[in-house]
Amino acid sequence: MLHIINKSPLANCSLDSCLRVAQPGDILLIEDAIYAATIGNAFEGKLREAMGRFKIYVLQPDVDARGFTGRVIEGVSPVDYSGFVELTTTNKTCQSWL
Amino acid sequence: MSEIKKFMFVNRKAPHGTIYALESLEVVLITAAFDQDVSLVFLDDGVYQLKKGQQTKGIETKNFSSAYRALEGYDIEKLYVEKESLELRGISEEDLLVDVTVLGRAEMGELMDQQDVILSF
Repeated sequence: MLHIINKSPLANCSLDSCLRVAQPGDILLIEDAIYAATIGNAFEGKLREAMGRFKIYVLQPDVDARGFTGRVIEGVSPVDYSGFVELTTTNKTCQSWL
Repeated sequence: MSEIKKFMFVNRKAPHGTIYALESLEVVLITAAFDQDVSLVFLDDGVYQLKKGQQTKGIETKNFSSAYRALEGYDIEKLYVEKESLELRGISEEDLLVDVTVLGRAEMGELMDQQDVILSF
């Protein structure tokens, strides 16, 4: 399953809840959720821990818009919009954690 | 209007995921036009509003981050950032696109206490 998160982990518990209940799969961080994948943020430890169970992706245009180009945690995979679409097709189901 | 009031704008949201940051900026500029004493506070995810190097071409939205640099021209020079908010996000004063005063949480609270009007975004 593809889990899509769009809220900052430091302002909202969507990502936290996803990591707590989801079975292993893909997680795509978009919009304000990309802050979870930035080096040195307070959620970094939790995200690194989750990388054993989930493959983590970030939407690169959202990273660039927020001024964090080149400051994404190693092991997190960047995707563009077509990569986003591809993830929705390679996974059988998608869940948006609003 | 002769009496000058102390207005504080408290910004606690990240810049592009919601409209709050941009709306706050608009109201700040309006307030400045009425010659009031304006302070801007950036707290929690609000500190991301001031991050250098925002490139919004890819998400096709207005890049309003440069407007923070123009605030000086409207005599808005009191910008305050809370220290812990920066630290929790792995960023520092050097990552910000304008000069700010970094305050601890107690000093921030005192500053809030001195205001006549506080508007939250």
